Amino acid sequence: MVSLKNISIKLGAFALDHVSMEIPASKYGVLMGSSGSGKTTILESICGLKKIRSGKIILNEIDVTNLRPGDRHLGYVPQEGVLFSTMTVKDQIAFGPIVRGWKKEDAFERAKELASSLEIEHLLSRKPLGLSGGESQRVALARALASRPNLICLDEPLSALDEDTRDKACSLIKRLHKKEGFTVLHITHSASEAEMMGDLVFRISEGKVISA
Amino acid sequence: MHNKKVSSDIPFYAAMWAAGGMYFILIIALLYADASYTSLENINEALNNKSIRASIWLTMQTCWITAVLSIIVAVPTGYILTRFKFPLKRFFDSIIDIPIVLPPLVIGLSLLILFNQVILFDQSIEELCAAALNSLRSILPNSPIFDLPTGVTYKVPAIILAQFTVSCAFAIRTMRNTFESLDPRQENVALTLGCNRSKAFWKVVLPQASFGIMTAGILAWARALGEFGPILVFAGATRGKTEVLATTVFLEISIGNLEGAVAVSFLMVSAALIVLIMVRLLGSKNRIW
Repeated sequence: MVSLKNISIKLGAFALDHVSMEIPASKYGVLMGSSGSGKTTILESICGLKKIRSGKIILNEIDVTNLRPGDRHLGYVPQEGVLFSTMTVKDQIAFGPIVRGWKKEDAFERAKELASSLEIEHLLSRKPLGLSGGESQRVALARALASRPNLICLDEPLSALDEDTRDKACSLIKRLHKKEGFTVLHITHSASEAEMMGDLVFRISEGKVISA
Repeated sequence: MHNKKVSSDIPFYAAMWAAGGMYFILIIALLYADASYTSLENINEALNNKSIRASIWLTMQTCWITAVLSIIVAVPTGYILTRFKFPLKRFFDSIIDIPIVLPPLVIGLSLLILFNQVILFDQSIEELCAAALNSLRSILPNSPIFDLPTGVTYKVPAIILAQFTVSCAFAIRTMRNTFESLDPRQENVALTLGCNRSKAFWKVVLPQASFGIMTAGILAWARALGEFGPILVFAGATRGKTEVLATTVFLEISIGNLEGAVAVSFLMVSAALIVLIMVRLLGSKNRIW
């Protein structure tokens, strides 16, 4: 479960005040809004990558407001994937679990399992250079899911994809969500994407989040 | 209404090539002048000269030490300048660039004054360094490997410090550009995957910055090779003791041996050319010109 209670964020001239939102455990939440409305800022604050001025962020009933990103036990997929260019696909999917102390064999086993679910097994020994947009997004998703986080934060995961790749990516994400049972916060500017993916849809407008 | 025909691109290309071409021709002309003034015999004679050989050896040692020290400082400094916001950041950034714009003689003079006129704990920095080196000598085994100098000014450490003061500024600039080209979101992803800042830096950032680090090191090496002014003022140009290739050229000119000076210059040009080609090859994806 992810819960934002009256959070306020200030970044230069940009501000969000008293933002509250709740996504129950295992539900797929979508936060919709136009460019520059603050969607990514909210997402990054939940991930611990941006400080909030006030309010609380609760993940699975734990107040993570002052915890470091690594201690919030979530997965983050930025726009365009942002893969580690010097690591193979297998190494980067296994990266999170290894950092968290898993045995290497278990981490690589988990990498293969996710690669199979996301249909990227054939890419495991490749480096990111030359992967298509869709392939990069799937690798980034596998990387985020590898250490079995409770929450996955997706920053416009489908925006850079063409229609066919987008449909395929949607069905893969939904299948994985059903199989693994993680909570999702997916941000997008596309109403059709929100409708297709979300159990719950929120809209951000003029610094406020409302249920759509 | 007639639409005007698009004018030719030839004058544009001609102007671009003329500007770059003139400078290229100037450099080639300098190299030709050096090559035509010297000969294989002169170069051979220079290489067989005991003092010049000692100078080559000392130059290699000091350049490598300077390159390594420059990387050690440039990597974290370049990272701080690109990733963190802090008070007076622009001022800090400007100060670090000063060795690039200051006349080399001024750097040498400033180092000389710093070590010999600035007093700390009732002693000059030179005296403090001499005392520290003396203490270290008494602890280390009695062996030529641990033959430490007795001070800094007019000794080998002064060469390294003079070279480092200038070279490091160039290395920092290179590392700053390297880190600026890397997407900071990669580190954010690494943080969410369980890394702290240090782990994210070592495991994600540094491997991607490796070519930049090599380039910074090579540029620092090349810059150290050519450094003359600060070395002359701070380390002197004592034959057999603090003579490096740059000061060898000066010494050969001062005793009227122009052929020897040009021969040594040619050796330095060759070394610099090899280094610059290596930098281009490291930076180029297809590994040709």
